[in-house]
Amino acid sequence: MRAAGWKWLIARRLSQAFFVALFLAGPLAGLWVVEGTLASSLTLGVLPLTDPLILLQSLLARHWPEATALLGAAIVVAGYLLVGGRAYCSWVCPLNPVTDAAHWLREKLGLREGVTISPRLRLWVLAGALAASALFGTLAWELVNPVTITHRALVFGGGLMWTVAVGIFVFDLAIARRGWCGHLCPVGAAYGLIGKGSLLRVSAVRREACDDCMDCYAVCPEPRVLTPALRGKAKGFGPVILSGDCTNCGRCIDVCPQDVFGFASRFDKREQTIGQQQGEYVP
Amino acid sequence: MTGPGEKKTVDRREMLAGGVRAVCGAGFFALGLGMLGRQAETRAAQSLRPPGALAEADFLAACSRCGLCVRDCPWDTLRLAGIGDGAALGTPLFTARAVPCEMCQDIPCVVACPTGALDHRLTDIKQAKMGIAVLVGQETCLNFLGLRCDVCYRVCPLIDEAITLERSHNERTGKHARFIPTVHSDKCTGCGKCEKACVLEEAAIKVLPAELALGRLGGHYRLGWEEKRKHGESLLKDIIDLPDRGYGDGTATPYGGAERGANGAFKEFKP
Ligand code: SF4
Ligand code: SF4
Ligand code: SF4
Ligand code: SF4
Ligand code: SF4
Repeated sequence: MRAAGWKWLIARRLSQAFFVALFLAGPLAGLWVVEGTLASSLTLGVLPLTDPLILLQSLLARHWPEATALLGAAIVVAGYLLVGGRAYCSWVCPLNPVTDAAHWLREKLGLREGVTISPRLRLWVLAGALAASALFGTLAWELVNPVTITHRALVFGGGLMWTVAVGIFVFDLAIARRGWCGHLCPVGAAYGLIGKGSLLRVSAVRREACDDCMDCYAVCPEPRVLTPALRGKAKGFGPVILSGDCTNCGRCIDVCPQDVFGFASRFDKREQTIGQQQGEYVP
Repeated sequence: MTGPGEKKTVDRREMLAGGVRAVCGAGFFALGLGMLGRQAETRAAQSLRPPGALAEADFLAACSRCGLCVRDCPWDTLRLAGIGDGAALGTPLFTARAVPCEMCQDIPCVVACPTGALDHRLTDIKQAKMGIAVLVGQETCLNFLGLRCDVCYRVCPLIDEAITLERSHNERTGKHARFIPTVHSDKCTGCGKCEKACVLEEAAIKVLPAELALGRLGGHYRLGWEEKRKHGESLLKDIIDLPDRGYGDGTATPYGGAERGANGAFKEFKP
Protein backbone atom coordinates (compact mmCIF):
# COMPACT_ATOMS: atom_id res chain seq x y z
CA MET A 1 0.00 0.00 0.00
CA ARG A 2 1.23 3.50 -0.76
CA ALA A 3 2.03 5.98 1.96
CA ALA A 4 -0.88 8.15 0.93
CA GLY A 5 -3.20 5.25 1.67
CA TRP A 6 -4.24 6.49 5.08
CA LYS A 7 -5.52 9.99 4.44
CA TRP A 8 -9.24 9.37 4.79
CA LEU A 9 -8.85 6.82 7.52
CA ILE A 10 -6.88 9.30 9.60
CA ALA A 11 -9.35 12.07 8.83
CA ARG A 12 -12.17 9.78 9.91
CA ARG A 13 -10.54 8.83 13.20
CA LEU A 14 -9.88 12.50 13.88
CA SER A 15 -13.51 13.25 13.18
CA GLN A 16 -14.68 10.49 15.55
CA ALA A 17 -12.32 11.77 18.23
CA PHE A 18 -13.51 15.32 17.58
CA PHE A 19 -17.14 14.42 18.18
CA VAL A 20 -16.32 12.52 21.36
CA ALA A 21 -14.21 15.46 22.57
CA LEU A 22 -16.97 17.90 21.68
CA PHE A 23 -19.49 16.10 23.86
CA LEU A 24 -16.99 15.49 26.66
CA ALA A 25 -15.54 19.01 26.79
CA GLY A 26 -18.54 20.16 28.83
CA PRO A 27 -18.68 17.50 31.52
CA LEU A 28 -14.89 17.09 31.78
CA ALA A 29 -13.53 20.58 31.22
CA GLY A 30 -16.55 22.82 31.67
CA LEU A 31 -16.42 23.92 28.03
CA TRP A 32 -20.07 23.73 27.16
CA VAL A 33 -19.95 23.93 23.39
CA VAL A 34 -22.41 21.06 23.13
CA GLU A 35 -24.93 19.89 25.71
CA GLY A 36 -26.81 16.63 25.63
CA THR A 37 -26.09 13.49 23.63
CA LEU A 38 -26.48 12.28 20.07
CA ALA A 39 -30.15 11.67 20.90
CA SER A 40 -30.76 15.41 21.23
CA SER A 41 -28.20 18.11 21.73
CA LEU A 42 -27.85 21.84 21.85
CA THR A 43 -24.75 23.48 20.36
CA LEU A 44 -23.64 26.88 21.62
CA GLY A 45 -27.08 27.39 23.03
CA VAL A 46 -28.60 27.93 19.59
CA LEU A 47 -28.32 24.90 17.33
CA PRO A 48 -30.69 22.10 18.31
CA LEU A 49 -30.11 18.64 16.84
CA THR A 50 -32.21 15.53 17.31
CA ASP A 51 -31.68 12.04 16.01
CA PRO A 52 -34.27 11.50 13.27
CA LEU A 53 -34.80 7.82 14.13
CA ILE A 54 -35.64 8.72 17.73
CA LEU A 55 -38.03 11.39 16.52
CA LEU A 56 -39.67 8.91 14.16
CA GLN A 57 -40.17 6.43 16.98
CA SER A 58 -41.70 9.19 19.06
CA LEU A 59 -44.11 10.15 16.29
CA LEU A 60 -45.10 6.52 15.81
CA ALA A 61 -45.65 6.27 19.56
CA ARG A 62 -48.14 9.13 19.06
CA HIS A 63 -46.26 11.87 20.84
CA TRP A 64 -46.18 15.17 19.01
CA PRO A 65 -42.83 16.70 20.00
CA GLU A 66 -41.94 20.32 20.68
CA ALA A 67 -40.79 22.31 17.66
CA THR A 68 -37.20 22.16 18.93
CA ALA A 69 -36.98 18.41 18.38
CA LEU A 70 -38.75 18.62 15.01
CA LEU A 71 -36.40 21.34 13.84
CA GLY A 72 -33.40 19.46 15.23
CA ALA A 73 -34.27 16.29 13.33
CA ALA A 74 -34.90 18.27 10.13
CA ILE A 75 -31.45 19.85 10.39
CA VAL A 76 -29.83 16.44 10.92
CA VAL A 77 -31.65 14.92 7.94
CA ALA A 78 -30.69 17.88 5.77
CA GLY A 79 -27.07 17.62 6.88
CA TYR A 80 -26.79 13.95 6.04
CA LEU A 81 -28.60 14.48 2.76
CA LEU A 82 -25.59 16.62 1.93
CA VAL A 83 -22.67 14.59 3.27
CA GLY A 84 -24.05 11.08 2.83
CA GLY A 85 -26.51 9.28 5.11
CA ARG A 86 -24.18 6.75 6.58
CA ALA A 87 -21.44 9.32 6.96
CA TYR A 88 -23.00 9.26 10.43
CA CYS A 89 -21.80 5.68 10.80
CA SER A 90 -18.22 6.20 9.75
CA TRP A 91 -17.54 9.76 10.87
CA VAL A 92 -19.65 10.31 13.98
CA CYS A 93 -21.05 7.16 15.60
CA PRO A 94 -19.21 6.17 18.81
CA LEU A 95 -19.65 2.47 18.08
CA ASN A 96 -17.80 2.57 14.77
CA PRO A 97 -14.32 2.64 16.33
CA VAL A 98 -15.43 -0.34 18.44
CA THR A 99 -16.59 -2.42 15.49
CA ASP A 100 -13.62 -1.31 13.37
CA ALA A 101 -11.30 -2.45 16.16
CA ALA A 102 -13.10 -5.78 16.34
CA HIS A 103 -12.75 -6.16 12.59
CA TRP A 104 -9.08 -5.27 12.68
CA LEU A 105 -8.42 -7.83 15.41
CA ARG A 106 -10.47 -10.41 13.56
CA GLU A 107 -8.28 -9.99 10.48
CA LYS A 108 -5.11 -10.03 12.58
CA LEU A 109 -6.14 -13.24 14.25
CA GLY A 110 -7.18 -14.70 10.94
CA LEU A 111 -10.67 -15.54 12.17
CA ARG A 112 -12.50 -16.56 9.05
CA GLU A 113 -15.50 -18.49 10.26
CA GLY A 114 -18.61 -16.88 11.56
CA VAL A 115 -22.31 -16.84 11.01
CA THR A 116 -23.57 -15.35 7.77
CA ILE A 117 -26.25 -12.75 8.20
CA SER A 118 -28.07 -11.05 5.39
CA PRO A 119 -27.18 -7.34 5.29
CA ARG A 120 -30.88 -6.75 4.66
CA LEU A 121 -31.64 -7.98 8.14
CA ARG A 122 -31.02 -4.49 9.56
CA LEU A 123 -33.97 -3.22 7.57
CA TRP A 124 -36.15 -5.81 9.27
CA VAL A 125 -34.71 -4.90 12.65
CA LEU A 126 -35.60 -1.31 11.82
CA ALA A 127 -39.09 -2.35 10.75
CA GLY A 128 -39.53 -4.36 13.95
CA ALA A 129 -38.37 -1.47 16.13
CA LEU A 130 -40.70 0.99 14.40
CA ALA A 131 -43.61 -1.45 14.57
CA ALA A 132 -42.99 -1.94 18.29
CA SER A 133 -42.93 1.84 18.82
CA ALA A 134 -46.27 2.16 17.07
CA LEU A 135 -47.89 -0.88 18.70
CA PHE A 136 -46.73 -0.28 22.24
CA GLY A 137 -46.60 3.51 22.22
CA THR A 138 -43.04 3.76 23.46
CA LEU A 139 -39.57 4.57 22.07
CA ALA A 140 -39.03 0.85 21.57
CA TRP A 141 -35.56 0.87 20.04
CA GLU A 142 -34.27 3.24 22.71
CA LEU A 143 -34.82 0.53 25.29
CA VAL A 144 -31.88 -1.37 23.81
CA ASN A 145 -30.15 0.90 21.29
CA PRO A 146 -26.41 0.20 21.71
CA VAL A 147 -25.50 3.41 19.87
CA THR A 148 -27.29 5.79 22.22
CA ILE A 149 -26.55 3.64 25.27
CA THR A 150 -22.83 3.81 24.49
CA HIS A 151 -22.90 7.52 23.79
CA ARG A 152 -24.78 8.16 27.02
CA ALA A 153 -22.27 6.01 28.88
CA LEU A 154 -19.53 8.15 27.37
CA VAL A 155 -21.07 11.51 28.20
CA PHE A 156 -22.91 10.79 31.45
CA GLY A 157 -20.90 7.88 32.82
CA GLY A 158 -21.90 4.35 32.04
CA GLY A 159 -21.02 1.79 34.69
CA LEU A 160 -22.63 -1.45 33.64
CA MET A 161 -23.85 0.06 30.39
CA TRP A 162 -20.38 -0.32 28.91
CA THR A 163 -21.11 -4.04 28.67
CA VAL A 164 -23.27 -3.20 25.66
CA ALA A 165 -20.26 -1.87 23.71
CA VAL A 166 -18.17 -4.81 24.89
CA GLY A 167 -20.91 -7.16 23.71
CA ILE A 168 -20.92 -5.55 20.27
CA PHE A 169 -17.12 -5.88 20.10
CA VAL A 170 -17.24 -9.56 20.98
CA PHE A 171 -20.07 -10.16 18.53
CA ASP A 172 -18.13 -8.58 15.68
CA LEU A 173 -14.90 -10.29 16.67
CA ALA A 174 -16.06 -13.81 17.28
CA ILE A 175 -19.51 -14.27 15.80
CA ALA A 176 -20.05 -12.36 12.58
CA ARG A 177 -17.73 -10.42 10.31
CA ARG A 178 -18.77 -6.76 10.44
CA GLY A 179 -21.85 -8.18 12.14
CA TRP A 180 -23.25 -5.13 13.88
CA CYS A 181 -22.69 -2.12 11.61
CA GLY A 182 -22.86 -4.09 8.40
CA HIS A 183 -25.84 -6.32 9.09
CA LEU A 184 -27.90 -5.57 12.17
CA CYS A 185 -27.83 -1.95 13.25
CA PRO A 186 -31.16 -0.24 12.45
CA VAL A 187 -29.65 3.18 13.13
CA GLY A 188 -27.26 2.56 10.24
CA ALA A 189 -30.16 1.23 8.21
CA ALA A 190 -32.11 4.43 8.82
CA TYR A 191 -29.19 6.65 7.87
CA GLY A 192 -28.71 4.36 4.86
CA LEU A 193 -32.22 5.25 3.74
CA ILE A 194 -31.29 8.93 3.96
CA GLY A 195 -28.14 8.05 2.03
CA LYS A 196 -30.22 6.80 -0.90
CA GLY A 197 -30.73 10.41 -1.81
CA SER A 198 -27.63 12.09 -0.44
CA LEU A 199 -25.47 14.40 -2.47
CA LEU A 200 -21.88 13.53 -1.56
CA ARG A 201 -20.97 10.08 -2.83
CA VAL A 202 -17.90 8.08 -3.69
CA SER A 203 -17.38 7.61 -7.39
CA ALA A 204 -15.21 5.13 -9.26
CA VAL A 205 -14.23 7.96 -11.58
CA ARG A 206 -11.29 6.13 -13.04
CA ARG A 207 -12.84 2.70 -13.11
CA GLU A 208 -11.19 1.94 -16.43
CA ALA A 209 -7.86 1.89 -14.62
CA CYS A 210 -9.01 -0.82 -12.19
CA ASP A 211 -6.71 -3.83 -12.42
CA ASP A 212 -8.82 -6.10 -10.22
CA CYS A 213 -6.42 -6.13 -7.29
CA MET A 214 -9.46 -6.37 -4.97
CA ASP A 215 -7.91 -4.11 -2.34
CA CYS A 216 -11.06 -2.01 -2.14
CA TYR A 217 -13.21 -5.10 -1.61
CA ALA A 218 -10.92 -6.11 1.22
CA VAL A 219 -11.27 -2.85 3.13
CA CYS A 220 -14.83 -1.84 2.32
CA PRO A 221 -17.25 -2.49 5.18
CA GLU A 222 -20.03 -2.95 2.61
CA PRO A 223 -18.21 -4.56 -0.35
CA ARG A 224 -21.45 -5.23 -2.26
CA VAL A 225 -21.85 -1.55 -2.98
CA LEU A 226 -18.65 -1.40 -5.03
CA THR A 227 -19.62 -3.79 -7.79
CA PRO A 228 -22.19 -1.83 -9.81
CA ALA A 229 -20.06 1.31 -9.93
CA LEU A 230 -16.74 -0.39 -10.42
CA ARG A 231 -17.71 -3.19 -12.76
CA GLY A 232 -21.15 -2.33 -14.03
CA LYS A 233 -20.27 -0.13 -16.95
CA ALA A 234 -21.35 -2.77 -19.47
CA LYS A 235 -24.71 -3.04 -17.69
CA GLY A 236 -25.17 0.70 -17.86
CA PHE A 237 -24.28 1.60 -14.26
CA GLY A 238 -22.63 4.98 -13.79
CA PRO A 239 -19.41 5.34 -11.82
CA VAL A 240 -21.07 6.82 -8.71
CA ILE A 241 -21.70 4.44 -5.81
CA LEU A 242 -25.38 5.09 -5.28
CA SER A 243 -26.15 2.47 -2.64
CA GLY A 244 -27.22 4.03 0.62
CA ASP A 245 -25.18 1.37 2.40
CA CYS A 246 -21.89 3.02 1.40
CA THR A 247 -20.69 4.82 4.52
CA ASN A 248 -18.61 7.46 2.70
CA CYS A 249 -15.68 6.25 4.77
CA GLY A 250 -13.29 6.87 1.90
CA ARG A 251 -11.25 3.79 2.67
CA CYS A 252 -11.51 2.61 -0.93
CA ILE A 253 -10.08 5.95 -2.06
CA ASP A 254 -7.17 5.40 0.31
CA VAL A 255 -6.21 1.92 -0.72
CA CYS A 256 -6.72 1.84 -4.46
CA PRO A 257 -3.26 1.75 -6.10
CA GLN A 258 -4.81 2.94 -9.35
CA ASP A 259 -6.55 5.96 -7.78
CA VAL A 260 -9.87 4.79 -9.12
CA PHE A 261 -12.07 6.38 -6.45
CA GLY A 262 -12.80 9.88 -5.31
CA PHE A 263 -15.58 11.86 -3.65
CA ALA A 264 -18.08 13.30 -6.09
CA SER A 265 -21.62 14.58 -6.32
CA ARG A 266 -24.22 11.93 -6.97
CA PHE A 267 -25.19 13.80 -10.13
CA ASP A 268 -21.65 13.83 -11.44
CA LYS A 269 -21.80 11.15 -14.10
CA ARG A 270 -18.40 12.05 -15.54
CA GLU A 271 -15.70 9.52 -15.81
CA GLN A 272 -12.02 9.92 -16.46
CA THR A 273 -10.81 7.62 -19.14
CA ILE A 274 -7.26 6.45 -18.98
CA GLY A 275 -6.53 8.12 -22.25
CA GLN A 276 -7.41 11.53 -20.83
CA GLN A 277 -5.34 11.07 -17.74
CA GLN A 278 -2.24 9.50 -19.08
CA GLY A 279 -1.83 10.54 -22.69
CA GLU A 280 1.03 8.23 -23.44
CA TYR A 281 -0.98 5.17 -22.50
CA VAL A 282 -3.65 5.34 -25.22
CA PRO A 283 -3.66 1.87 -26.69
CA MET B 1 -34.91 -31.18 -15.80
CA THR B 2 -36.72 -28.10 -14.71
CA GLY B 3 -38.28 -25.96 -17.32
CA PRO B 4 -38.00 -22.17 -17.16
CA GLY B 5 -41.57 -21.89 -15.86
CA GLU B 6 -40.95 -24.33 -13.07
CA LYS B 7 -37.82 -22.51 -11.96
CA LYS B 8 -39.79 -19.34 -11.68
CA THR B 9 -42.33 -20.94 -9.32
CA VAL B 10 -39.53 -22.21 -7.11
CA ASP B 11 -37.95 -18.77 -7.07
CA ARG B 12 -41.21 -17.15 -6.21
CA ARG B 13 -41.86 -19.69 -3.50
CA GLU B 14 -38.42 -19.12 -2.04
CA MET B 15 -38.93 -15.40 -2.11
CA LEU B 16 -42.27 -15.77 -0.41
CA ALA B 17 -40.74 -18.01 2.25
CA GLY B 18 -37.93 -15.53 2.77
CA GLY B 19 -40.41 -12.69 3.07
CA VAL B 20 -42.57 -14.58 5.54
CA ARG B 21 -39.47 -15.43 7.56
CA ALA B 22 -38.36 -11.81 7.64
CA VAL B 23 -41.80 -10.49 8.58
CA CYS B 24 -42.20 -13.09 11.31
CA GLY B 25 -38.72 -12.36 12.60
CA ALA B 26 -39.39 -8.64 12.69
CA GLY B 27 -42.73 -9.28 14.39
CA PHE B 28 -41.11 -11.51 16.98
CA PHE B 29 -38.48 -8.87 17.62
CA ALA B 30 -41.16 -6.18 17.92
CA LEU B 31 -43.03 -8.27 20.50
CA GLY B 32 -39.84 -8.73 22.48
CA LEU B 33 -39.25 -4.99 22.48
CA GLY B 34 -42.87 -4.43 23.48
CA MET B 35 -42.47 -6.71 26.49
CA LEU B 36 -39.32 -4.88 27.48
CA GLY B 37 -41.22 -1.63 27.09
CA ARG B 38 -43.96 -2.77 29.45
CA GLN B 39 -41.34 -3.83 31.94
CA ALA B 40 -39.70 -0.41 31.65
CA GLU B 41 -42.97 1.30 32.53
CA THR B 42 -42.78 0.09 36.12
CA ARG B 43 -40.93 2.75 38.01
CA ALA B 44 -39.51 2.43 41.50
CA ALA B 45 -41.44 4.55 44.02
CA GLN B 46 -38.37 6.60 44.99
CA SER B 47 -37.48 7.40 41.35
CA LEU B 48 -39.25 10.70 40.74
CA ARG B 49 -39.59 12.42 37.40
CA PRO B 50 -38.55 16.07 36.83
CA PRO B 51 -41.19 18.82 37.01
CA GLY B 52 -43.70 18.81 34.19
CA ALA B 53 -43.08 15.20 33.20
CA LEU B 54 -45.95 13.70 31.23
CA ALA B 55 -47.76 10.67 32.65
CA GLU B 56 -45.33 7.76 32.66
CA ALA B 57 -46.53 5.96 29.52
CA ASP B 58 -46.63 9.22 27.54
CA PHE B 59 -43.29 10.23 28.98
CA LEU B 60 -41.70 7.05 27.64
CA ALA B 61 -43.12 7.85 24.21
CA ALA B 62 -41.65 11.32 24.31
CA CYS B 63 -38.34 11.48 26.17
CA SER B 64 -35.36 11.04 23.87
CA ARG B 65 -33.05 10.33 26.84
CA CYS B 66 -30.84 13.23 25.79
CA GLY B 67 -30.01 14.50 29.26
CA LEU B 68 -30.47 18.18 28.44
CA CYS B 69 -32.74 18.59 31.48
CA VAL B 70 -30.03 17.01 33.62
CA ARG B 71 -27.43 19.43 32.29
CA ASP B 72 -29.55 22.51 32.89
CA CYS B 73 -30.55 21.67 36.45
CA PRO B 74 -28.40 24.03 38.53
CA TRP B 75 -28.67 21.83 41.63
CA ASP B 76 -27.55 18.55 40.05
CA THR B 77 -30.84 17.13 41.19
CA LEU B 78 -31.51 15.12 38.06
CA ARG B 79 -29.65 12.17 36.65
CA LEU B 80 -30.22 9.69 33.84
CA ALA B 81 -31.36 6.25 34.90
CA GLY B 82 -28.71 3.58 34.76
CA ILE B 83 -29.12 -0.12 35.26
CA GLY B 84 -30.92 -0.86 38.52
CA ASP B 85 -32.44 2.60 38.96
CA GLY B 86 -35.95 1.27 38.59
CA ALA B 87 -36.78 3.44 35.58
CA ALA B 88 -36.43 3.07 31.82
CA LEU B 89 -32.74 3.22 30.89
CA GLY B 90 -31.48 6.73 30.20
CA THR B 91 -34.60 8.57 31.36
CA PRO B 92 -34.19 11.47 33.82
CA LEU B 93 -35.13 11.06 37.46
CA PHE B 94 -34.23 12.18 40.95
CA THR B 95 -34.21 10.63 44.38
CA ALA B 96 -35.65 13.04 46.92
CA ARG B 97 -33.67 11.70 49.86
CA ALA B 98 -30.43 12.17 47.89
CA VAL B 99 -30.95 15.52 46.14
CA PRO B 100 -34.43 17.08 46.13
CA CYS B 101 -35.75 19.52 43.54
CA GLU B 102 -35.19 23.14 44.55
CA MET B 103 -38.25 24.33 42.63
CA CYS B 104 -36.43 26.88 40.45
CA GLN B 105 -38.70 29.73 39.46
CA ASP B 106 -37.64 29.61 35.81
CA ILE B 107 -37.79 25.77 35.72
CA PRO B 108 -34.66 25.38 33.54
CA CYS B 109 -35.12 21.61 33.18
CA VAL B 110 -38.47 22.07 31.48
CA VAL B 111 -37.17 24.88 29.28
CA ALA B 112 -34.25 22.67 28.17
CA CYS B 113 -36.40 19.71 27.15
CA PRO B 114 -36.49 19.62 23.33
CA THR B 115 -39.15 16.93 23.01
CA GLY B 116 -41.86 18.13 25.36
CA ALA B 117 -41.50 15.07 27.59
CA LEU B 118 -41.37 17.78 30.22
CA ASP B 119 -44.48 19.75 29.39
CA HIS B 120 -43.64 23.34 28.41
CA ARG B 121 -47.06 24.47 29.58
CA LEU B 122 -45.71 24.21 33.13
CA THR B 123 -44.56 27.75 33.80
CA ASP B 124 -45.38 28.05 37.50
CA ILE B 125 -43.25 25.62 39.48
CA LYS B 126 -45.87 25.63 42.25
CA GLN B 127 -48.12 23.73 39.86
CA ALA B 128 -45.58 20.91 39.46
CA LYS B 129 -46.63 17.42 40.49
CA MET B 130 -43.46 15.37 40.78
CA GLY B 131 -45.13 13.30 43.46
CA ILE B 132 -46.92 13.78 46.77
CA ALA B 133 -45.32 13.72 50.17
CA VAL B 134 -46.87 11.19 52.55
CA LEU B 135 -46.04 10.82 56.21
CA VAL B 136 -45.70 7.06 56.07
CA GLY B 137 -43.68 6.57 59.25
CA GLN B 138 -46.38 7.44 61.76
CA GLU B 139 -44.79 5.24 64.39
CA THR B 140 -41.40 6.94 64.14
CA CYS B 141 -42.07 10.57 63.22
CA LEU B 142 -40.96 12.64 66.22
CA ASN B 143 -43.99 14.92 66.03
CA PHE B 144 -46.26 11.89 66.08
CA LEU B 145 -44.43 10.76 69.21
CA GLY B 146 -45.37 14.08 70.79
CA LEU B 147 -42.04 15.90 70.38
CA ARG B 148 -41.51 19.10 68.43
CA CYS B 149 -39.31 18.36 65.42
CA ASP B 150 -41.23 20.21 62.71
CA VAL B 151 -38.26 20.02 60.34
CA CYS B 152 -40.20 18.79 57.31
CA TYR B 153 -42.73 21.54 57.86
CA ARG B 154 -40.09 24.24 58.20
CA VAL B 155 -38.19 23.34 55.03
CA CYS B 156 -41.20 23.12 52.77
CA PRO B 157 -41.03 25.82 50.08
CA LEU B 158 -44.81 25.97 50.36
CA ILE B 159 -44.97 26.04 54.15
CA ASP B 160 -48.49 26.35 55.53
CA GLU B 161 -49.90 25.55 52.11
CA ALA B 162 -48.50 22.16 51.11
CA ILE B 163 -47.79 21.11 54.66
CA THR B 164 -49.36 22.29 57.91
CA LEU B 165 -49.10 21.26 61.53
CA GLU B 166 -52.46 20.00 62.79
CA ARG B 167 -52.97 19.92 66.53
CA SER B 168 -54.30 16.87 68.19
CA HIS B 169 -54.49 15.46 71.68
CA ASN B 170 -51.56 13.50 73.04
CA GLU B 171 -53.26 10.43 74.45
CA ARG B 172 -50.05 9.11 75.98
CA THR B 173 -49.43 11.99 78.34
CA GLY B 174 -53.04 12.96 78.54
CA LYS B 175 -52.24 16.65 78.81
CA HIS B 176 -50.07 17.67 75.86
CA ALA B 177 -50.69 18.40 72.25
CA ARG B 178 -49.19 16.72 69.21
CA PHE B 179 -48.47 18.73 66.08
CA ILE B 180 -49.04 16.40 63.18
CA PRO B 181 -47.31 17.35 59.89
CA THR B 182 -50.11 17.14 57.37
CA VAL B 183 -49.57 17.28 53.62
CA HIS B 184 -52.19 18.81 51.36
CA SER B 185 -52.05 16.99 48.07
CA ASP B 186 -53.54 19.84 46.05
CA LYS B 187 -50.60 22.07 46.96
CA CYS B 188 -47.65 19.68 47.42
CA THR B 189 -45.37 19.67 44.37
CA GLY B 190 -43.42 16.58 45.38
CA CYS B 191 -40.15 18.50 45.47
CA GLY B 192 -38.85 16.20 48.17
CA LYS B 193 -37.31 18.87 50.40
CA CYS B 194 -39.22 17.43 53.36
CA GLU B 195 -38.05 13.88 52.70
CA LYS B 196 -34.49 15.08 52.29
CA ALA B 197 -34.63 17.01 55.56
CA CYS B 198 -36.42 14.48 57.78
CA VAL B 199 -34.15 14.00 60.77
CA LEU B 200 -34.78 10.27 61.13
CA GLU B 201 -32.37 7.65 59.89
CA GLU B 202 -35.00 6.55 57.41
CA ALA B 203 -37.30 9.41 56.45
CA ALA B 204 -40.76 9.21 57.98
CA ILE B 205 -42.11 11.50 55.29
CA LYS B 206 -41.62 10.28 51.73
CA VAL B 207 -42.53 11.61 48.33
CA LEU B 208 -44.35 8.99 46.31
CA PRO B 209 -45.59 9.12 42.73
CA ALA B 210 -49.12 10.52 42.86
CA GLU B 211 -50.76 7.27 41.79
CA LEU B 212 -49.22 5.55 44.81
CA ALA B 213 -49.78 8.38 47.24
CA LEU B 214 -53.43 9.11 46.65
CA GLY B 215 -56.58 7.08 46.98
CA ARG B 216 -59.35 7.50 44.44
CA LEU B 217 -63.06 7.18 44.93
CA GLY B 218 -64.97 4.91 42.57
CA GLY B 219 -66.28 6.89 39.61
CA HIS B 220 -69.89 6.16 40.63
CA TYR B 221 -69.38 7.33 44.18
CA ARG B 222 -71.42 10.31 45.36
CA LEU B 223 -70.93 12.06 48.65
CA GLY B 224 -74.42 12.59 50.03
CA TRP B 225 -73.71 15.88 51.74
CA GLU B 226 -72.08 17.40 48.68
CA GLU B 227 -74.93 16.33 46.41
CA LYS B 228 -77.33 17.84 48.89
CA ARG B 229 -75.40 21.10 48.97
CA LYS B 230 -75.33 21.30 45.17
CA HIS B 231 -79.04 20.56 45.01
CA GLY B 232 -79.92 23.00 47.76
CA GLU B 233 -82.04 20.46 49.65
CA SER B 234 -82.26 16.78 50.32
CA LEU B 235 -82.58 14.73 47.15
CA LEU B 236 -84.91 12.31 48.82
CA LYS B 237 -88.18 13.90 49.89
CA ASP B 238 -90.85 12.54 52.18
CA ILE B 239 -88.74 9.86 53.71
CA ILE B 240 -89.98 8.60 57.03
CA ASP B 241 -87.69 10.04 59.65
CA LEU B 242 -87.40 7.24 62.13
CA PRO B 243 -86.42 8.25 65.64
CA ASP B 244 -82.67 7.89 66.18
CA ARG B 245 -81.41 5.98 69.13
CA GLY B 246 -79.46 8.08 71.58
CA TYR B 247 -76.90 7.11 74.18
CA GLY B 248 -78.82 8.05 77.33
CA ASP B 249 -80.95 5.45 79.02
CA GLY B 250 -81.45 3.36 75.92
CA THR B 251 -84.81 4.83 75.02
CA ALA B 252 -85.28 6.28 71.61
CA THR B 253 -85.02 10.08 71.49
CA PRO B 254 -86.64 11.95 68.64
CA TYR B 255 -84.46 14.68 67.19
CA GLY B 256 -86.87 16.12 64.67
CA GLY B 257 -86.86 19.53 66.31
CA ALA B 258 -83.13 19.90 66.92
CA GLU B 259 -81.31 22.81 65.34
CA ARG B 260 -79.06 22.08 62.35
CA GLY B 261 -76.01 23.89 60.99
CA ALA B 262 -75.37 25.04 57.41
CA ASN B 263 -73.96 21.65 56.43
CA GLY B 264 -77.04 19.86 57.67
CA ALA B 265 -75.44 18.41 60.78
CA PHE B 266 -76.91 18.84 64.24
CA LYS B 267 -75.52 21.86 65.97
CA GLU B 268 -75.32 20.19 69.29
CA PHE B 269 -75.41 16.57 70.15
CA LYS B 270 -77.17 16.00 73.46
CA PRO B 271 -78.07 12.42 74.00
S1 SF4 C 1 -17.43 2.03 -1.04
FE1 SF4 C 1 -15.61 3.05 -0.26
S2 SF4 C 1 -16.47 4.78 0.91
FE2 SF4 C 1 -18.17 3.37 0.57
S3 SF4 C 1 -18.16 2.09 2.39
FE3 SF4 C 1 -16.91 1.03 0.87
S4 SF4 C 1 -14.81 1.67 1.32
FE4 SF4 C 1 -16.19 3.11 2.38
S1 SF4 D 1 -36.93 22.78 39.05
FE1 SF4 D 1 -34.78 23.30 39.28
S2 SF4 D 1 -34.02 21.96 40.91
FE2 SF4 D 1 -35.97 21.15 40.23
S3 SF4 D 1 -35.33 19.60 38.73
FE3 SF4 D 1 -35.82 21.49 37.62
S4 SF4 D 1 -33.87 22.50 37.39
FE4 SF4 D 1 -33.61 20.96 38.99
S1 SF4 E 1 -34.58 17.00 28.28
FE1 SF4 E 1 -36.56 16.04 27.85
S2 SF4 E 1 -36.10 14.54 26.26
FE2 SF4 E 1 -34.15 15.10 27.20
S3 SF4 E 1 -33.83 13.59 28.83
FE3 SF4 E 1 -34.85 15.37 29.77
S4 SF4 E 1 -37.01 14.84 29.67
FE4 SF4 E 1 -35.98 13.49 28.25
S1 SF4 F 1 -42.67 17.49 48.85
FE1 SF4 F 1 -42.59 18.14 50.98
S2 SF4 F 1 -41.39 19.99 50.93
FE2 SF4 F 1 -42.03 19.62 48.81
S3 SF4 F 1 -43.94 20.75 48.56
FE3 SF4 F 1 -44.51 18.69 49.23
S4 SF4 F 1 -44.66 18.84 51.44
FE4 SF4 F 1 -43.51 20.62 50.77
S1 SF4 G 1 -38.87 15.82 59.84
FE1 SF4 G 1 -39.39 13.68 60.00
S2 SF4 G 1 -39.47 13.29 62.18
FE2 SF4 G 1 -39.50 15.49 61.95
S3 SF4 G 1 -41.66 15.99 61.96
FE3 SF4 G 1 -41.09 15.73 59.81
S4 SF4 G 1 -41.52 13.58 59.36
FE4 SF4 G 1 -41.53 13.81 61.58
